[in-house]
Amino acid sequence: MVDVTSLTRSTATSESPLTRLALIGLALGFLVVFLLLPLVAVFNEALRNGLGTLVTALQEPDALAAIRLTLLVAAIAVPLNVVFGIAAAWAIAKFEFRGKAFLITLIDLPFSVSPVISGLVYVLLFGAGSVLGPWLKAHGIEILFAVPGIVLATIFVTFPFVARELIPLMQEQGTADEEAALSLGANGWQTFWRVTLPNIRWGLLYGVLLCNARAMGEFGAVSVVSGHIRGLTNTMPLHIEILYNEYNFAGAFAVASLLAGLALVTLILKTAIELRYAGQLSAARGH
Amino acid sequence: MTATVSSGWRFRQPSVIPGFGLTLGYTVAYLTLIILVPLAGLAWRSAGLGAEEFLRIATDPRTTSALRVSFGAALVAALINLVFGLIVAWVLVRYRFPGRRVIDAIVDLPFALPTAVAGIALTAIYAPNGPLGGFLAGYGIKIAYAYPGIVVALVFIGLPFVVRTVQPVMEDLDREIEEAAATLGANRRITVFRVLLPALLPAALTGFALALARGVGEYGSVIFIAGNIPYVTEIAPLLIVIRLEEYNYAGATAIGALMLIISFAMLLLINLIQAWSRKRYGHG
Amino acid sequence: MELSIRNIRKDFGTTPALHDVSLDIRSGELIALLGPSGSGKTTLLRLIAGLETPSQGQVFFGKDDASRRSVQDRQVGFVFQHYALFRHMTVAENIGFGLSVRPRATRPPKAEIERRARELLDLVQLSGLERRYPAQLSGGQRQRVALARAMAIEPKVLLLDEPFGALDAQVRKDLRRWLREIHDRTGHTTVFVTHDQEEALELADRVVVMSQGRIEQVGTPDEVYDHPAVPFVHRFIGESSELPVRIDGGQVWLDDRPTGLTAEGAGPATLFFRPHQIEITDGCGGCLAGTVTGSRRLAGTRRLELALGGAGHRVEVDVPIDHPAAGKSGLSFRPRRYKLFPAPSPGSDGTPAAAIAQAPQYPAVA
Repeated sequence: MVDVTSLTRSTATSESPLTRLALIGLALGFLVVFLLLPLVAVFNEALRNGLGTLVTALQEPDALAAIRLTLLVAAIAVPLNVVFGIAAAWAIAKFEFRGKAFLITLIDLPFSVSPVISGLVYVLLFGAGSVLGPWLKAHGIEILFAVPGIVLATIFVTFPFVARELIPLMQEQGTADEEAALSLGANGWQTFWRVTLPNIRWGLLYGVLLCNARAMGEFGAVSVVSGHIRGLTNTMPLHIEILYNEYNFAGAFAVASLLAGLALVTLILKTAIELRYAGQLSAARGH
Repeated sequence: MTATVSSGWRFRQPSVIPGFGLTLGYTVAYLTLIILVPLAGLAWRSAGLGAEEFLRIATDPRTTSALRVSFGAALVAALINLVFGLIVAWVLVRYRFPGRRVIDAIVDLPFALPTAVAGIALTAIYAPNGPLGGFLAGYGIKIAYAYPGIVVALVFIGLPFVVRTVQPVMEDLDREIEEAAATLGANRRITVFRVLLPALLPAALTGFALALARGVGEYGSVIFIAGNIPYVTEIAPLLIVIRLEEYNYAGATAIGALMLIISFAMLLLINLIQAWSRKRYGHG
Repeated sequence: MELSIRNIRKDFGTTPALHDVSLDIRSGELIALLGPSGSGKTTLLRLIAGLETPSQGQVFFGKDDASRRSVQDRQVGFVFQHYALFRHMTVAENIGFGLSVRPRATRPPKAEIERRARELLDLVQLSGLERRYPAQLSGGQRQRVALARAMAIEPKVLLLDEPFGALDAQVRKDLRRWLREIHDRTGHTTVFVTHDQEEALELADRVVVMSQGRIEQVGTPDEVYDHPAVPFVHRFIGESSELPVRIDGGQVWLDDRPTGLTAEGAGPATLFFRPHQIEITDGCGGCLAGTVTGSRRLAGTRRLELALGGAGHRVEVDVPIDHPAAGKSGLSFRPRRYKLFPAPSPGSDGTPAAAIAQAPQYPAVA
């Protein structure tokens, strides 16, 4: 139906067919060169020596360790940020209080900070030259160049994703449903589990998807705190860098293809949610 | 609405909904621990350097050229993204053609694809032995391992910001506005340049600033393609990493603080654009 | 400028929006296109403006066939339902826009454009607001800026789409009077679309009543109110009560009783009258009599719901507040003015049948 109206509409509010064609061509050309080509290149390079080499490269112990570490980091960071995101959205969307706009700005802060700085702040906090450094060393607690540091840096970088999806969504939904549930005798937890959560589940899943993609793919912040110890503190993106710098392109692109696959799955799921549950996502959705 | 009851300052308006203390307390505590304390640590450590030492590092030629490379390349990339982002958004919102939904989804690829993967993929394409790089090398154009490579990586990283900020505003543009311009005698070109684009200006500027901010701080995708030659193609985040590897914490701290200041300035700029737009146009 | 719409037909896809519509508008007239939503009134207005192209037929501005002209060339002043003000331009820039986009040869100098804008702001009584942005104006003010902007291009005809639709009741009333004054002062041929019959009757020189893509009647407010040409117009304009009756021997009969009303012709018919155009009668030697089933206060009168005859036909009549009949259980009355339309023959495909089909089911008249 949209097709019909856009074709039969008078020239008052549309461009000439030639201009349209030119603009579509320009946009598609730009997207193909800048977005599609890199994606194709990843799989092309990964499969250059056949599927066998790809599988072998992924079965290397260091590669397996990197995959395992990436999954572990995401498995810790994402749930923590989900809990935070729900708590923050509840406080911000369901109540009116002073300083709310400032709080939202603070939550968005990690988006505008360079990932390298997100790592640097933890190095300065826990590193050898810091106040905490010697104490941690004396007690044998390893944070930097170990898994806790990687997890912390990942949490920092992925901090706003869930909250940013849920806050506008819950603000749009208002408080009427919760007030109705409470007036019907439900307590706070019952209201949350049986009224609020079902209302926000697709928005939550959407936020989790984006949060997870970033958690598994984060490079800069993690690079600064990891120490690059093969088989121990290398996540998949870091492992790609090491292989690449060793001129092991096949290996680097093999791991990269796995992450590119994850990106594709994320995009497909995200689009599916947008198409099917658009009404249950926030209209003012950010990224 | 509670003005009749409350006479003085009040932190929050009364509500029957439970959980305010718990959720706000947790939010503030978690935010403080994960974000604020580490950032304050950076500020504190850079303050500890003393003004003289800080200035020495900040005005060091290698620091200034790294900042110039980061900022300059990000600016060029954001400008390219501004132009093409507007075209892509227009095509996605206004035209119907086969594959539109796929294209729409693909725009978010840079949000989903890890930066390291993007970096090695772009390098593979634009390196002198790559498909596009080889072709361009024939004309004497060098992309990878040179300044244009940084721009290419930042265009990739920043594209969705412009498209996704402009797109919803474009969808909300009332057709009546264009019809009104037409009934007043404006041809299509005038309508586009004097009516439509100005209406999109706040969103376009916001997207531009977001892409710029992201570009200035970008690390993962750039370091593979840039060549990383000091004073030429060395970006500021990379210099921080290099200083850390040299155990030169003072150097890393000072450059980090400088970049943080730039980020905050950019954040302020974005907020100002939105406040201005809300005030004048009555929407964000 | 006279307007002539000749045999216009408009289809959206396969759905017809207008069937063969013709209409002549005299120069300087204020015309209302009145109808329910989906009646095609807005489509007709947009066709005149050139915002839609007709599937068939022509639009003449004077002797000039405008059908071939683009919107930009038609020089129509169009006021949109939601005003469509350019929100990044000040009030003065909005009003001056039409003049400033003219080709260089005919474009007035900047100072002249500004002068025109100020003059028009005076006319719409908004002097002093030149530098404001649309977001800083109230709904009524925006409406007036939109009108000033449309008039700035010296339009051949002014077209207004539901001009008061988005406004509060009080503002609406004020603006109505104000628009009439402006029209009388400037003398533009003006066509406006509305679904509000009160607005149409109060404001227009002539009212065009539309339904389902057709013009049902064109006439002065008095004509369409007092002499509706078809049942649809009777029902749509003003309050309306109706009864299935039979005409026989110059008399109107309800369920084999004479109603005291006279008519020509013979056969089944539908009797239409307005609730306030009745007289209450003593006893019933040729009248309508019913039992009171409900009573509501309606501003200056009391409205009674009556059930009439054996079949209990429902009608409404208005009686004075202090009339004793309001408290009684029965009432007899006679319409002072009434209108009879032939009853629809079942199976016929005419408009009356379609209209009657929406009414309650009547038992067959014996």
